[in-house]
Amino acid sequence: MSSSSMPVIKSKPITIIEEIPISKTLKFWEGLKEGKVYGTKCCKCGKLYFPPAADCPDCLCSEMQWIELSDEAEIETFTHVVVRPTSFCQSKPYTVAIGRLKEGVKVLAWLTGFKLSQIKIGIKVKLIAKTSQDGEPTYEFVPP
Amino acid sequence: MRKVAVVGVGNSKFGIRNDVNVSEITFEAVKPSLEDAGVTAKDVQFVALGSVGAGAWYEELLPAVIVGEYCGLTKAGLMRVEAACASGSAAFFSAYSAVASGHADIAMALGVEKMREIDTPTAMEWIGRAGYYFWEFHNFGLTFPAYYALYANAHMAKYGTTEEDLALVAVKNHKYAAMNPVAQLRSKVTVDDVLSSMVIASPLKLYDCSPMTDGAAAVIVASEEKAKELKVDTPIWVAGIGYSSGTANLSKRTDFVGLEASVLASERAYKAAGITPSQVDFAEVHDCFTIAEIMAYEDLGFCGRGEGVKLLREGQTEIGGKIPINMDGGLKAKGHPIGATGCSMIYELTRQLREEAVEKGRQIPLKNYIGLAHNVGGTGHYCYVTILRR
Repeated sequence: MSSSSMPVIKSKPITIIEEIPISKTLKFWEGLKEGKVYGTKCCKCGKLYFPPAADCPDCLCSEMQWIELSDEAEIETFTHVVVRPTSFCQSKPYTVAIGRLKEGVKVLAWLTGFKLSQIKIGIKVKLIAKTSQDGEPTYEFVPP
Repeated sequence: MRKVAVVGVGNSKFGIRNDVNVSEITFEAVKPSLEDAGVTAKDVQFVALGSVGAGAWYEELLPAVIVGEYCGLTKAGLMRVEAACASGSAAFFSAYSAVASGHADIAMALGVEKMREIDTPTAMEWIGRAGYYFWEFHNFGLTFPAYYALYANAHMAKYGTTEEDLALVAVKNHKYAAMNPVAQLRSKVTVDDVLSSMVIASPLKLYDCSPMTDGAAAVIVASEEKAKELKVDTPIWVAGIGYSSGTANLSKRTDFVGLEASVLASERAYKAAGITPSQVDFAEVHDCFTIAEIMAYEDLGFCGRGEGVKLLREGQTEIGGKIPINMDGGLKAKGHPIGATGCSMIYELTRQLREEAVEKGRQIPLKNYIGLAHNVGGTGHYCYVTILRR
């Protein structure tokens, strides 16, 4: 709690855990467990989506095709996050980057395996699927 | 559409205000705004409240009702609006629209935030979640400083902007906040102070970031007829409002050197007001982080792409320069109570345009009597640009 020299009454504590539906993007999460990163492509207009989407806002079509994305990316920007929020306080400081894939879509993810001084805009990286420290499927950028 | 005037403004003291709850701090803004306009709370027909952290960083989930009752505004049309850090401007747009459309003759835009009732990591958590929780926070823990740090690194790589340039924004805004009695951070800082402060998300350091602030601001608007009836000495007219938005996923942005939502919102505002950027005497811009102020110069058309740092280095955005910016200390040093910031910008524009009661050393010399407020929600997720004219 915030330190205060003023008199206060503490609110009742609550813990909130939301159950976020993933039935329409299940293949993406299962793909990560198999080492694959999928995007979706609209069957009508051909637009490619990452993060994967079940619906195409461009042509309003809901028929989407799963496409395995290439792993080649180029870093467009990055930052090293030192001061972390509560749910990441157990992690060491981490680098977040946005990389552009060969197909044109961009991905935001952690960038690992580099010394901080080696990270520059424009460097080539590889996008991989992996399991996070919490045992959840995720994806990140690593050296090619 | 009817002409709409700002007829009353009020602003609480910004800072760590654990001496007051959400209602009491709002009262500190509402009371002077009513006195300024020469009306009572009963005369206000419609109220829009901008506030973001209801039930998250402060305890009330329906703050409009709570502060409405406390300030005597019950029975007015009432809503809370959310546009992240641009909620105050969204509230102003709602109040303006109520009067412009003829629904109300007198309306109020309110903004309030109580950000200091919880610990700092939890506040970082809530604000970080307020981007795209599922795709950018859940696995990657992107914080708000980190969002803007992504832009800072890209801007530095493309235009040669340096960490010293970023520091100059903090130095300027602290200098003016020191003269502003409502400001939170009233101490001057040097470039070295900024550069040696702790890294939050590289390249942004502690003094590149606006603080977490408790604060409230209130603005009363009225129709032309009502403003005459109230015998308002110096009505300040709403000349134009522009708005736009950006993608939730940062990965879907075209580039990271400017905010497209700011460009589009300002173009619409200039068109609505029938002016060009060069006619604006001064501006309040959304400097939640130092890089954001430099991008705003460019996005709002005060200079060309990549020329923001030139304006800054030459002192063109201070009093005596081409276009003074954030002469109240900005979000950076006046403080940034998220939902209140937009209304606080209108408070400052109004006082500057009236050329009254602005503390010594802060009054901006006016030529066209036109001021602009640029209020961004998220990292260009929302944007409102409001142009006022005396």
